Amino acid sequence: MSKPSINHIKKWWHSGEPWIWLNAGAVSISVLIVFGLLALIAVRGLGHFWPADIVEMQYLTDETQQVKIIGEIIESESIDAKQYTESGYGEAPAGEPKVTRLLVKTGNRDLQTDFRWLAEHKIKQQSKPSNLIVLERVEWGDFYGYLTQVNEEGELVAKGKSAWGELEKRLQRVTALRAEIKSLEKGAIGTINHQLEKLRLERKKLALTNDLTPENIAPIAAQEKALDIEYQALRVDLNRLYNEIDRDSAHFEAMDGRVVELPMASFISAHKPNAMNVWEKSITYVKSFINFLTEDPREANTEGGVFPAIFGTVTMVLLMAILVTPLGVIAAIYLREYARQGTMIRIIRIAVNNLAGVPSIVYGVFGLGFFVYFLGGNIDQLFYPEALPGATFGTPGLLWASLTLALLTLPVVIVSTEEGLSRIPGSLREGSLALGATKFETIWKVILPMSSPAIMTGMILAVARAAGEVAPLMMVGVVKLAPELPLDGTVPYLHLDRKFMHLGFHIYDVGFQSPNVEAARPLVYATAFLLVLVIVLLNLSAIILRNRLRQKYKALDN
Amino acid sequence: MKHTSITEQNWRQRKRAIVDKLARYTIGLGGISVIFAIVLIFFYLLWVVFPLFQSPTVELKHQFDSPFTQNDARYQAIDDSGTLAVRIQSDGMMVFFSLENGEEVNREQIALNGAEEISQIVKVDAEGRQLALVLDDRHLLFLDIAYRVNFVNEKRTLIPMVTFPYGDELITLEAIDHIKHLKIVRDDEMLTLLAIDQNRQFLVQSYLAESGYELEEPQFSSVQDTPLDTDFMLVDSSARWLYLANKKGQVYFYNIYDIESIELISQLTVVEPGRKLDRLIMLLGGNSLIAADNKGSVRQWSLQRDDKNQYRLVDVRGYKSDQPLNILLPEMRRKGLVSINQQGEILLYHTTADRVLLKTKLTDSEIKRAALSSRADKLFVETVDGQFLNYAVSNPHPEVSWNSLWGKVQYEGYNEPKYIWQSSSSGNDFEPKFSLAPLTFGTLKAAFYAMLLAMPLAIMGAIYTAYFMAPKMRNLVKPSIEVMEALPTVILGFLAGLWFAPVVEENLLAVLSLVIVVPVGLLLFAGLWAATPLNVRRLVPKGWEAALLMPVVIFIIWAAFSLSPGIEAVLFDGNIKLWMFENFGISYDQRNSLVVGIAMGLAVIPTIFSITEDAIFSVPGHLTNGSLALGATPWQTLTQVVLLTASPGIFSAVMIGLGRAVGETMIVLMATGNTPIMDMSIFEGMRTLSANIAVELPESAVHSTHYRILFLAALVLFILTFMFNTVAEVVRQRLRERYSSL
Repeated sequence: MSKPSINHIKKWWHSGEPWIWLNAGAVSISVLIVFGLLALIAVRGLGHFWPADIVEMQYLTDETQQVKIIGEIIESESIDAKQYTESGYGEAPAGEPKVTRLLVKTGNRDLQTDFRWLAEHKIKQQSKPSNLIVLERVEWGDFYGYLTQVNEEGELVAKGKSAWGELEKRLQRVTALRAEIKSLEKGAIGTINHQLEKLRLERKKLALTNDLTPENIAPIAAQEKALDIEYQALRVDLNRLYNEIDRDSAHFEAMDGRVVELPMASFISAHKPNAMNVWEKSITYVKSFINFLTEDPREANTEGGVFPAIFGTVTMVLLMAILVTPLGVIAAIYLREYARQGTMIRIIRIAVNNLAGVPSIVYGVFGLGFFVYFLGGNIDQLFYPEALPGATFGTPGLLWASLTLALLTLPVVIVSTEEGLSRIPGSLREGSLALGATKFETIWKVILPMSSPAIMTGMILAVARAAGEVAPLMMVGVVKLAPELPLDGTVPYLHLDRKFMHLGFHIYDVGFQSPNVEAARPLVYATAFLLVLVIVLLNLSAIILRNRLRQKYKALDN
Repeated sequence: MKHTSITEQNWRQRKRAIVDKLARYTIGLGGISVIFAIVLIFFYLLWVVFPLFQSPTVELKHQFDSPFTQNDARYQAIDDSGTLAVRIQSDGMMVFFSLENGEEVNREQIALNGAEEISQIVKVDAEGRQLALVLDDRHLLFLDIAYRVNFVNEKRTLIPMVTFPYGDELITLEAIDHIKHLKIVRDDEMLTLLAIDQNRQFLVQSYLAESGYELEEPQFSSVQDTPLDTDFMLVDSSARWLYLANKKGQVYFYNIYDIESIELISQLTVVEPGRKLDRLIMLLGGNSLIAADNKGSVRQWSLQRDDKNQYRLVDVRGYKSDQPLNILLPEMRRKGLVSINQQGEILLYHTTADRVLLKTKLTDSEIKRAALSSRADKLFVETVDGQFLNYAVSNPHPEVSWNSLWGKVQYEGYNEPKYIWQSSSSGNDFEPKFSLAPLTFGTLKAAFYAMLLAMPLAIMGAIYTAYFMAPKMRNLVKPSIEVMEALPTVILGFLAGLWFAPVVEENLLAVLSLVIVVPVGLLLFAGLWAATPLNVRRLVPKGWEAALLMPVVIFIIWAAFSLSPGIEAVLFDGNIKLWMFENFGISYDQRNSLVVGIAMGLAVIPTIFSITEDAIFSVPGHLTNGSLALGATPWQTLTQVVLLTASPGIFSAVMIGLGRAVGETMIVLMATGNTPIMDMSIFEGMRTLSANIAVELPESAVHSTHYRILFLAALVLFILTFMFNTVAEVVRQRLRERYSSL
């Protein structure tokens, strides 16, 4: 191996080798970015559910004062010592160029600020007491503290060591009661309200047609009365349940030494992360992940689960797939099998291709103007005059969102199906026709079954695109919090006029519109992870399907 | 044979034929209607946008002879819906009559309480819901006119209601003699009265006023001399500015904010030499005067603050005419003007748009009086020969002109013409600023920075992947980059806004330095690698260089991030942002173009990569083989043969990428501050057309000008991206044909 001389370097430079390496670097960067992003989302999204240890520390507020701080360390960063001093946190330690500070989630939002930055050098003592308790609560976020006693009807039941067992036992009861209350409110009472609203509209309808005669009103009034009686009975049940759920309470000592009494009805779960081993933590982890998938959001969407968003996304996407697949397939068959191939069809094909590149927001604008205001407005005038001026279909909703996205993904399905059709060798068509089949029979029995993987691919790609699209949905039907699911037990079961929640919009809304971004951040990552997971899986399956298909036709060609 | 019974065979044949035909028609119909639906998008957008560019119309609805014998009307106005007119005569007779046929609906005699006649009537608010009547020479009476809507047999009728808000006792102004001009300004609790008498005396008097209670003694009252024979007197609605003018066109401009010490700000002439001032009115909002001279030319004089913070009146725009005016009315809810000249020609003008919207002949006879409804959609005129004419005016979008959408506009309150997008505000006398220029600029800026990152990375990556990479690795790399294309942009936007923007802010120097450090580092490594022994190099087979480089890239980035704080401390005094600001005046916005460029670049990379890669990969093998056989190195073959052949494909990839960057919404929405500024700085944010639509469309009123302009923005986006894509698609199809012929 000779030493590289100037000549060597010149030769190497002129060979173009360095440029190849630069190009290779571009690939490396791109691939690293892809996997880096996916990893970032996965780690942050999944990490959120891990029951982290809770730290108790002594913190110097100034030279002499010490306070106790209990919380979870979220992140640490090192900042410039000068900057640190200038921002008024106090003197940085002498001789250190950098100061490390920690973001600590101290919870207990009803008592104090729930996030604070602490300088590491001022933390005097750190410990992880095993009896520290984390409460997940219905409101005010998490609570960190020590359990002192458990009460029933205000009377002491358990104290000291036995209190924790008692708390766990009673918590199960509370959870069961809460489920019962929810099913009563959403189920029976919800149905009654729905029926009452229907009767009210019926009355209005009669008034509009000038048929508000006593004979006509009588049955309505009777029904209203019956419903009211039913409602009162349920109300009594509900009150009883509320009384029962309010029975127990517990005392906790917060980090500033205050002892607070919290009603157990406000607890969702309680655990001692410091006392748990990895196995127990894993179980809690899985549980909270399942809760995240199956529960309603709380606290302005910054806590709780994303079930309505998942449900809304899935319902909308399914509805869209049902609309777009037949339309796309018919258009593709027309373009490929029926239309006379010429300049016109070429132009149409280019136009269809290009529509896939038209910004999604444009579809949203079209959807709002045409579907919501124009079609919806007219439908309301014709079929729902009794509900006016309240809009039924003349306002953004599930149907319009699905239609808009169907239009948006139509080119995807058409292009994919056409590609599938074009790959079927002409000999198969000719063979079928030669055997006496009509053109339709050839398409129906030979071509379509063979191109079904292509159609599936198109559909999956369409679904993946629709699931991730947010901008048009902001205009045609998505809301930050929908009181009701678009699919439920009341007739007509699928409520096309309802607004719905959506995972993508949830990310935008919670991450950028919520008042407490710090508290909401982990949830946004978790939601993002969920969305990415769904979309990457859908896309991978489409890619695999497409590759299989290509292989199959290669085999046919030979 | 023909008439024998149809055998089963035959029957089946026919059924099949029918089914086939049916299918043909259904599919044909379905296919065509799907294509129609796609075309519909474009035409629907166009249909919504179209009214913006329609000329206004004025249409005669009703015409009738005046039912009045007396010709001493002091006031004549019409209600909002344009069904009733009210006329108050000098003797206090108040007549409400139908605008359809002049039929009297109601009549009321105002008690003059001993005074002889009404000499003048002044509107207290612009829309004339409250009037101040000047009786004889110095008595005042206030009057409220309201209309109650009543439905009788499904027919809408209006019932006029007249009330006296401060009682029906006359208020007498003792301090001055014979009122010549009177203006009333009312806010929540105060009623301020400004008057000039025939002896050039100026009176300001203010009262605590509450509807339904009589006015007490004035809180404040002062009388002073004025330097001119006032012919026109104007006061803005917050009683801050007073303008006195005479027929010669001299305007005295006072600050009366502190009514105890009135301050003359300036004196100027608002007509050209040789002309006389014919009318002087105030534009909605009270920030501009409209002066019309005796030849009918109209100028807008706008209130501005100069560099020294001094107020002044500036001539900003207007139009010329050679016909004296009979009527000059300001619109009550928009910055528009309606004028009618002696020839009976009406002229509609909008100040912001600086456009004469319509000029047309109304009638042959001269017009004496005219009244405009508050929405400016009804015009009621009275001719000198006693004819009443009732017109419907359709002028829904006067604010829009080519200049107001794309050019610099002199808005009220600004020192110079500017590009501004500001669509809504709390006040209703606000001047909407609908310049699409800053939004288009923002769109192109975001796309530019995105392409700056995406183009080199994607194209270079594609070159390597298609031409140099080992097939095995290619099978892994290509799908993984393509998966990113499917990554929802809301996720990229959220990461950019919440995670990346703070990271960039903290490590600005490191991020900026990557542009240089990464290529240099890679070349350095390549050089070192070339110098390593052959047996080490053999460990990495050809075509796997990219895999080898991954740890190198990670190392370089890590090094840049960990070394930059030290360098920053030495070179930039520890804070590069502050250093930039102090030395170059560059300010730093956390959510800026750099962040957007990188995030959106990531969204565009897969698109460009995928198409470029396809184009290079499908360059026919015999071309490259031929080149290599002739002794060219792989790199020479690539640059001289492959890239040249594939260049149309690369061009179309860039076009499609650009189309995607231009229309992207969620990333810019989340990763910028969304402020519509025109600044090319990479450290400032922007507002794009798409983000603007997403933010404002859900809140805009259906079919308003704002709504239609947002549709116009969508149409612009549609056309822009459609153009990019069509060019790309045509180029690509050509390329495909050429490959197949090679």
